[in-house]
Amino acid sequence: MSERKLFGLTALFQTPDEIIHAAAKVHEAGYKKYDVHTPYPVHGMDAAMKLKPSNLGFVTLIFGLFGAAFALLFMYWAMSKDYPMIIGGKPFFALPAFIPITFEVTVLLATLATVIGMLTFYFKFPNNSQPLHDTPYMKAVSSDKYGVCIEANDELFDPEKVRNLFKELNGQNISEVYFPIVETFKIFEPKYLTLLVVVALLTSATTYLTLNKLLYITPFTWLMQQDRVNVQSRSTFYADGFGMRNPVEGTVARGFIPYEYKGLAAPVVPLSNPLMPSSEVLKLGKKRFLTFCSPCHGNYGDGDSRLRGQFPNPPSLHSEKVRGWQDGNIYHVITNGQNIMPSYASQLSRDERWAIIHYIRALQKAKNASPSEIIEAKKETSSNVAQ
Amino acid sequence: MNIDYSQELPVIERRITLAEIDQLIAKPLDEKPDRKFFIALSITLSLLLIGVISVSFLLFFGVGVWGLNQPVGWAFDITNFVFWVGIGHAGTLISAVLYLLRQKWRTGIARFAEAMTIFAVMCAGIFPIFHTGRPWLAGYLTPYPNQHGLWVNFTSPLVWDVFAVSTYFTVSLVFWYVGLIPDFGLLRDRTTSKLKKSIYSIFSLGWRNSHRNWMHYEKAYMLLAGFATPLVLSVHTIVSFDFAVSIIPGWHTTIFPPYFVAGAIFSGFAMVVTVLIFVRKVFDLQHIITLNHLEKMNKIILLTGSMVGYAYAMEFFIAWYSGNPFEQFVFINRAFGPYAWAYWIMVSCNVFIPQLFWFKKIRRTIPAMLVIVIFVNVGMWFERFVITVTSLHRDFLPSSWGYFVPSVFDLGTLVGSFGLFFTLVLLFTKTLPVVAISEIKAVAEGAQPSHNGGNH
Repeated sequence: MSERKLFGLTALFQTPDEIIHAAAKVHEAGYKKYDVHTPYPVHGMDAAMKLKPSNLGFVTLIFGLFGAAFALLFMYWAMSKDYPMIIGGKPFFALPAFIPITFEVTVLLATLATVIGMLTFYFKFPNNSQPLHDTPYMKAVSSDKYGVCIEANDELFDPEKVRNLFKELNGQNISEVYFPIVETFKIFEPKYLTLLVVVALLTSATTYLTLNKLLYITPFTWLMQQDRVNVQSRSTFYADGFGMRNPVEGTVARGFIPYEYKGLAAPVVPLSNPLMPSSEVLKLGKKRFLTFCSPCHGNYGDGDSRLRGQFPNPPSLHSEKVRGWQDGNIYHVITNGQNIMPSYASQLSRDERWAIIHYIRALQKAKNASPSEIIEAKKETSSNVAQ
Repeated sequence: MNIDYSQELPVIERRITLAEIDQLIAKPLDEKPDRKFFIALSITLSLLLIGVISVSFLLFFGVGVWGLNQPVGWAFDITNFVFWVGIGHAGTLISAVLYLLRQKWRTGIARFAEAMTIFAVMCAGIFPIFHTGRPWLAGYLTPYPNQHGLWVNFTSPLVWDVFAVSTYFTVSLVFWYVGLIPDFGLLRDRTTSKLKKSIYSIFSLGWRNSHRNWMHYEKAYMLLAGFATPLVLSVHTIVSFDFAVSIIPGWHTTIFPPYFVAGAIFSGFAMVVTVLIFVRKVFDLQHIITLNHLEKMNKIILLTGSMVGYAYAMEFFIAWYSGNPFEQFVFINRAFGPYAWAYWIMVSCNVFIPQLFWFKKIRRTIPAMLVIVIFVNVGMWFERFVITVTSLHRDFLPSSWGYFVPSVFDLGTLVGSFGLFFTLVLLFTKTLPVVAISEIKAVAEGAQPSHNGGNH
């Protein structure tokens, strides 16, 4: 036991004046690894110990600036890049409206960084195993005494010299402080392992029950259970027992204007195609043609049905008759149906029907072009290819 | 009366040794709680239970159990929220602003006031969270990357509120804890109980009164005070933006931020005085929390009360001066409409009654000041009620005009918040030192060196 390693020598003083004097003298004697312990910050001690002013402020500054920049840039990114939304007529980058949060984040980060930085990097806390803890010296200096401790790992440390210095300074209770005996524990002890298993089981069980059961009991229904009428559900409120309400008689749905020549042989007033034959329109027309028309009329409108034999063959779309038709006549047939062909009004929107007509016209042109037109078209499409 | 203003009054009455300070302040922690404590605790816990029951009903049945409905969609919840956040402001003002202003008298009351800040903000947080109806989804208020690719609306005052109040709570808590670290160190060293020693050791983090630590510690304390000061102003400013940024007449005014901050300090100091009157008596701290402290706080109450009174008058003036008929209607309706009773309670409690503090005798008489500060608390609660409810119950559409009556659950939640606050205060007095021991030692007579003639 006598082989315990010495941490340092301590001495107690009664008044703040004495401790200031003692600190100054210890510093003058050239000791570097010494510390003064007082129950509260004693003014003038920094000068006596010749300590440089705290540079903690730089931590605050750096993290404060980081917080401000981070908050501002993040809001800029979120509100004007990631999900731009106009709110209250403000610009996407609404600087005045971003200031409150920028300020709060600055304060929050600066404060936390200052405190956490001070405790962990400056003080090396938490540290409850420091040799000074639990000594009579520490008990005295946290209450009403003022103490100096010179550590044994100081270059100039010599127990006799330090003792004499303390005596000279009129220090009391001069005493040695030793490093505590390090206690060791075995990890793989049956008792400890059992505890570990029990803790693991309890944690898993609690987590499972909380996440899967507890969080779903009433009222924690996560918005899934609501007192409202769902689509197609019964209602006792209305006389007809339906939850849904029918629209008022004669209601016309958006984009579904009724076709006024339904059942007639041909439109009374010639209809004209409202769409321009742009490449998008032709692409749409092709897509819809291949889906809805080609099973019977064939991929190129030749009347070579894939369902040949099961239905009477539909006429070719390249006949003189169809080529001579106005666009409105084809529209009428698609919308109204003809002979065995049903109406496609419910499958194809108005614009899709007109797009198909553009595509049919393109097919007709392709099948029945004159040689001069083919040369013209080739010139247009491959003008940069050497002939 | 001849007062020598060149000499500061001693912070602690009568000379007292440092060891006596330890003894005195740590006494409630060393002794087992007595019968009086349990009686007080049972009362506050009963109040808290009322709140718990009210909130349980709210959780089960939804926000409909509260009395609010169109057009008064905000009533007790926001009133209580603003009221409690305001109460909290006094703590930060005492601990941070008065620290920066080198007001040494703050040391006796700072710890307690900071604790009240934290408890008051906790009470305040209850109301907006439960007003959402589904408080377990409150995490949606924070900007986190989610599967919808959505962010919170950073330009909304309600989101500013979330940031302001949570920052305020965190910073207050950190500030409070930093102040407590040296005291935990002391408690660790003087306790004889093994369990207490372990607890105090954990919270003291290994504090050992080293001057090399004190140096950084004082710097950090000053930095925190420097941050807490604008923070406290920003919090109630942002709370007032909840109203001022909207376009409801009676809310849409630029006077709101300063007016709210003044009101917050006013109500907060009133609450601190209310509680301290009892604490100094019960824990025998009359010469650490002296009559001078109370008098100084009463002066601040008088000042901020007059500022609030000025704001009331200015609101009326601007309503007339702006020539805006809607604004004028709202203010005439406030003073003479269906809620005139609330308006006049507010004006008499906040403006007229505190004027009694012009008399030194009243400022220094405990029973008189207790009555006045309780009136101030009542008045400030009614201020928030008047602002919220009177502006909403007569909005632009006369067809939707209404009259708000609180339900029993509204009242129960309010009562419960007081229960929570006082329960926490009571537990605090028995578990932590109610006065910052290391700070009070530093301002005790003879605590600082006299080598340069005592010019500190």
